[in-house]
Amino acid sequence: MSARAYEAVIGIEIHAQLLTNTKMFCGCALSFGDEPNVHTCPVCLAHPGALPVTNAEAVRLAIIAGHALGCEIPERSTFHRKNYFYPDLPKAYQISQFDEPICGPGRFRYLTEGGEKELGITRAHLEEDAAKLIHVGGDGRRAGAEQSIVDFNRGGTPLLEIVTEPELSDAADAAAFLRQLRLTLVQLGITDGNMEQGSMRADANISIRPAGSTGLGTKTELKNMNSFTFIERGIQAEIARQTAILEAGGTITQETLHYDPVTGEIHSLRSKEEAHDYRYFPEPDLVSVAPDRAWVEELRASLPESPVDRRRRWVADSGLSFEDAEVLAETRELGDYFERVAAVAPAKSAANWVRGELRAQLRERGQEPWESNVTPAALGEIIAMAEAREVSMPNAKAVLAELIANGGDPRAIVEAKGLGAISDEGELEALVDRLIADNPAQVQQLRDGKDKVIGFFVGQAMKATQGRADPGRVGELLRERVRE
Amino acid sequence: MPRVIDADVVRHVARLSRLALTDDEVETMRAELSGILDHVDQIQSLDLAGVAPTTHVIHLENVLRTDEPRPSLSPEEALREAPRVAAGGFSVGRMG
Amino acid sequence: MSAPTDLTATQQIAAVRAGEMTSAELVDAHLARCEDDRWNSYLALNADAARARAREIDAMADKPPLAGVPIAVKDALVTRDLVTTSGSRMLEGFRPLYTATCVARLEEAGAIVVGKTNMDEFAMGSSTENSAYGPTLNPWDTGRVPGGSSGGSASAVAARQAPWSLGSDTGGSIRQPAALCGIVGMKPTYGAVSRYGLIAFASSLDQVGPFARTVADAALLLSYIEGRDPMDSTCVGLREPVCVPTATDLSGVRIGVVEELMGEGTDDGVRAAVREALDRAEHLGATLVPVELPNSRHGLSTYYILAPAECSANLARFDGIRYGHSSADTDNLTEHYERTRAEGFGAEVKRRIMLGTFALASGYYDAYYGQAQRVRTRIAEDFDRAFESVDLIASPTSPSVAFPLASRTDDPMHMYLSDTCTIPISLAGLPSVSIPCGLDAGMPVGLQLSGPAFSENRLFDAAHALEAAIGFDTAPPALEAAA
Ligand SMILES: [Mg+2]
Ligand SMILES: [Zn+2]
Repeated sequence: MSARAYEAVIGIEIHAQLLTNTKMFCGCALSFGDEPNVHTCPVCLAHPGALPVTNAEAVRLAIIAGHALGCEIPERSTFHRKNYFYPDLPKAYQISQFDEPICGPGRFRYLTEGGEKELGITRAHLEEDAAKLIHVGGDGRRAGAEQSIVDFNRGGTPLLEIVTEPELSDAADAAAFLRQLRLTLVQLGITDGNMEQGSMRADANISIRPAGSTGLGTKTELKNMNSFTFIERGIQAEIARQTAILEAGGTITQETLHYDPVTGEIHSLRSKEEAHDYRYFPEPDLVSVAPDRAWVEELRASLPESPVDRRRRWVADSGLSFEDAEVLAETRELGDYFERVAAVAPAKSAANWVRGELRAQLRERGQEPWESNVTPAALGEIIAMAEAREVSMPNAKAVLAELIANGGDPRAIVEAKGLGAISDEGELEALVDRLIADNPAQVQQLRDGKDKVIGFFVGQAMKATQGRADPGRVGELLRERVRE
Repeated sequence: MPRVIDADVVRHVARLSRLALTDDEVETMRAELSGILDHVDQIQSLDLAGVAPTTHVIHLENVLRTDEPRPSLSPEEALREAPRVAAGGFSVGRMG
Repeated sequence: MSAPTDLTATQQIAAVRAGEMTSAELVDAHLARCEDDRWNSYLALNADAARARAREIDAMADKPPLAGVPIAVKDALVTRDLVTTSGSRMLEGFRPLYTATCVARLEEAGAIVVGKTNMDEFAMGSSTENSAYGPTLNPWDTGRVPGGSSGGSASAVAARQAPWSLGSDTGGSIRQPAALCGIVGMKPTYGAVSRYGLIAFASSLDQVGPFARTVADAALLLSYIEGRDPMDSTCVGLREPVCVPTATDLSGVRIGVVEELMGEGTDDGVRAAVREALDRAEHLGATLVPVELPNSRHGLSTYYILAPAECSANLARFDGIRYGHSSADTDNLTEHYERTRAEGFGAEVKRRIMLGTFALASGYYDAYYGQAQRVRTRIAEDFDRAFESVDLIASPTSPSVAFPLASRTDDPMHMYLSDTCTIPISLAGLPSVSIPCGLDAGMPVGLQLSGPAFSENRLFDAAHALEAAIGFDTAPPALEAAA
């Protein structure tokens, strides 16, 4: 059989913790990394008689997210109980949504190097997160531990569960979609998107089928992968595993799987119990949410440009590379900063400077561009001067360093420090003649064709002029003179 | 649509409910549930197509809470009634 | 002057305010009767705290509105630090971390909780025989049940162990024991009283309400517990404040009589007492109008799907991890759950959890739960239609008077039939009051009056006028004989 005998059908489920102050159904504060069980109350511990009350901010964030996902926001949304026993679920039911989610179907567009793509969003619904289980003693895993302990700090955190249509066929596309979905949600302040801490988690439903056919094979669920790289590799590994099974004449079992990023292997997770029967029924303790239509529209209208739209615009209108646009769209602040630099300097150079020199110089200070002394206008000025060869590149970088240290106006710095490029050709020629006279051995090497030695002369020239010489012009003059 | 409740159905439902039942209890439960369902099954024959289900008798919408933190319990209080406590948490014992 | 325990709550408040009696005297007098608890009305007494609080209130120049008058509280309502079991082994020794909103409101108004009353386990039952702590006995005849599930709250008031009490009603659990114990019991409109702190049985049906020996006391008590609560999304409070009723006639009031509930299945003596009460209503100026509630005959079936379904989820939290009974030395999680719950729950609770889990299970949901929700719509529509032509609906509260202990425990379906008159009203979420209207073979009979949603004041007025006309003596003769 050929390698393309099968194609994969992939759907993704994302759980994103919402950036609210309090839990989904009680007033306990949200936090990460605190001592166990310091953020609990009768509601989130499911004490007898306690009742849930819906967090208005979670509803607001979910609707904004829905808009960003291109979803409809239905007139009415209700909560259901999803029943199953597990120690991290204190009521033994999760309050979730079932047939009336807060966000209805939508489509999300994302960019790949191969072009723009779109993925159907089935729904996005609100629910509460489970608590944290800590396995103590033994090998520290669930099965071998001496005992397991529950910390309810996280229990009840608002989650938005986003479910996609099974329309993906490629692991790389899945990762690209997830990266851009995450960025969109993070930039809207919906979630902090921290995958290592688990505030955003993704599961993939994967099946394969003979290429060109339309039926669906048995799907497996790859659980809780906590980085995009692992998601991509995990999906690839699972597609390979399923393909191998089918090619060997076997059949796929519907099961929940875990991808081990260290070994690259896929393991079956012992399912929580035998067949699930969640016995969903409408939550009698909560009433429905029917968001005011004018407010829903207001939220839609106030959505800022999404990082995906930004990237598309930068590539199309400003000629940025796919990669430049990707890096600069990483945070809203960086993108805004870049746009302000690009308002006074050519976009491509602005992108290079912001991505490159500026971030490199700021790195040791642990500063972000928008927090630094370097205003976008000042950086734009430096770029403009460098492009006009009014300062040499090394001196432009030096001006930047000065700006980072003390702020100020780039032109004034150039003037005060005498960093302006030597514009007098005669002065440069004299300098080159002097270097040739002073360094006969290196001149001989140059004559012998050792072009590398030009670097030496340029270095000398820069030293002699405190960087004011134009390195390119120095090289040109040197070649002219030596060749003569 | 009367249902036959046999021992297997009772055992399945007991498992879903996390209730250990002895064989005798399974039989008693089977008989009792069957009796109740015989009565309850009378509503099966009603034609209620198009009738909206009632979840709430009062018609309320949008009862929401502002996102303001309220004081939580101290961990000592939270754990006070727990049968087993370990390492600042609720011990579940051995899970697997 | 009569004994303090014979006074109504209203009279006790007045006596304290007039300086004729102290809260401490009242609390002591009632606690003395509670300590001699021949009826097993109480599961826990709050003696020390109650006495301390009484002294505090007695020391106040400005007395709180309820002036330190005692109250008994059904053990389904959580009370901070005061053991609350809901009648279950599962919660033996459980000390709640907070107090139910309705109890907190009463305490703030100066009522003093003297104790927690016995009940059917998790409010599931009609006789209080399902309590893990032994049955409550009827003060009119200790060989009979007090009704349930709020049997302890009813018997405590009938036996003068408290002037009034709180109960909870899901399918009749206030009205039926009130009827069987010869006192007043009232279930408010669903959503009138906060459920925060009421240990849930069936969330879409549960309501807290008052027991008292007079309609006026019941109204006064409701006025303190009703009202919106930010901790309960389904609680809206009443639309107008509760007025303590003073009506003495029923002129212009149209009372619908549910003939279905006056016929077969209802004891002759009960029917006779209710008929007599309706005659009195006519004398007071009311018009009697026969009404039909055709879907009410499906009430029991509907209720015994919906309530168990909700309870199967509501009681899933009792897993032996955060509080309550926990089975010792189990090998794995599933076993721990199954044994904890098998040991902690009694037979009726298990039966309902099983029934409810079954009704929600995949493959059965539409036929059972979904269908029951649709019948519920029909039942509510019947009431809407009826209230287009009548102001109130009257029926017996219970088809029989208090039955002998253990006479129905072997047959769940027979026990369930005790609630046929109360359940349809619960399913429709309507307010309903039971007042004693006579005796059948020496045992009290209850008259149930129900009204449209939020018609509490109308209901209390009518009940008050009838109460005066009937002149029922709420003192159980057996009590006098025993005293
Ligand atoms: Mg989910
Ligand atoms: Zn909480």
